[in-house]
Amino acid sequence: MRASLRPSDPAVSPAIERVNAELFTLTYGAIVRQLLTDYEEIEEVNKQLDTMGYNIGARLIDDFLAKANITKCTDFRETADVIAKVGFKMFLNVTATVANWSADSMECSLILEDNPLVDFVELPETCQGLSYCNILCGVLRGALEMVSMRTEVKFVKDMLRGDDVFEIRMKLLEQMPEEYPYKNDE
Amino acid sequence: MIGVGRAKQNLNVVDRPLGKGKAEVSLSAFAFLFSELVQYNQGKVENISDLEHRLEEAGYAVGIRMLELLCHREKANRRETRVLGILSFVHSTVWKSLFGKVADSLEKGTEHEDEYMISEKELIVNRFVSVPQGMGGFNCGTFVAGIVKGVLDGAGFPARVTAHFVAVEGQARPRTTILIKFAEEVVQRDARLG
Repeated sequence: MRASLRPSDPAVSPAIERVNAELFTLTYGAIVRQLLTDYEEIEEVNKQLDTMGYNIGARLIDDFLAKANITKCTDFRETADVIAKVGFKMFLNVTATVANWSADSMECSLILEDNPLVDFVELPETCQGLSYCNILCGVLRGALEMVSMRTEVKFVKDMLRGDDVFEIRMKLLEQMPEEYPYKNDE
Repeated sequence: MIGVGRAKQNLNVVDRPLGKGKAEVSLSAFAFLFSELVQYNQGKVENISDLEHRLEEAGYAVGIRMLELLCHREKANRRETRVLGILSFVHSTVWKSLFGKVADSLEKGTEHEDEYMISEKELIVNRFVSVPQGMGGFNCGTFVAGIVKGVLDGAGFPARVTAHFVAVEGQARPRTTILIKFAEEVVQRDARLG
């Protein structure tokens, strides 16, 4: 992970305020349940969760960059490492493992064994198509887009559907050139 | 075959150990999530009272589960039968596990016998919220009111629970008061128990 992690691990710094994970877990559950009542199609719910995540990611990245003691990532590999080791730790207090890189280094997996979103959760028969944690995909996509990386993010393994871990597949589609929305002072 | 010879994560959800409830996530993570909850519901409603209703519903779902969880974890399934008992359970046990602290105050209403108030100087859900001018008395604390209602209903103390901003002298931000008005049968039962 090279020089991107300073000795004072931001994830355990007291500057980051914390709340009880059960409040978080149950609130997320309440959101998913509302969506399931509001939308008939499970696919719609997945999509809506992704959108919510995107909105969160777009704002969360500021919070992350402000608090995490990291330097600019030089490539996608480094970005993935920072997400797994610093990002997940800072917000959800768990760490992910980066694995299964594609040969061109454009695609990798984030593997989660612990996931505070799913405590107490079991999918009923009627919700088998639900990607319960889909919000995380949105968050990653939204956050990365704000730092000029267009990505495709989806779950390929889900413990709620009987897999042994959670696996999020993250694919870098393009590095967008930085655009400045403002003009220089004339 | 339930639970036999399977790894912990494959156990049926009720067979898994309960955990101590000490795990934490960052406040930001919760705040972002809560903000999405509010915004999503805002897009679904036409007026403030519907929005409050939906937020209360979401909170209710949290409350009723929290009660079940805490009953197993903290109280060895002993149940509260008295109004004051359940109120202090909400004010201390529930508050402590959800918000990491006991609520700032628990008071009895002065005008009505069946009203109680739990106040909090800065409710976690209102921490990063400023209510736009046009939205009147809307209070995101409605979500917490829903939680309280969920706990009370689940424990057999039906009540109407609402959240209000109360201005505090010398402070820029108002505190939030959760007003609990118990159903008539609850008050009668409590009187009967003497």
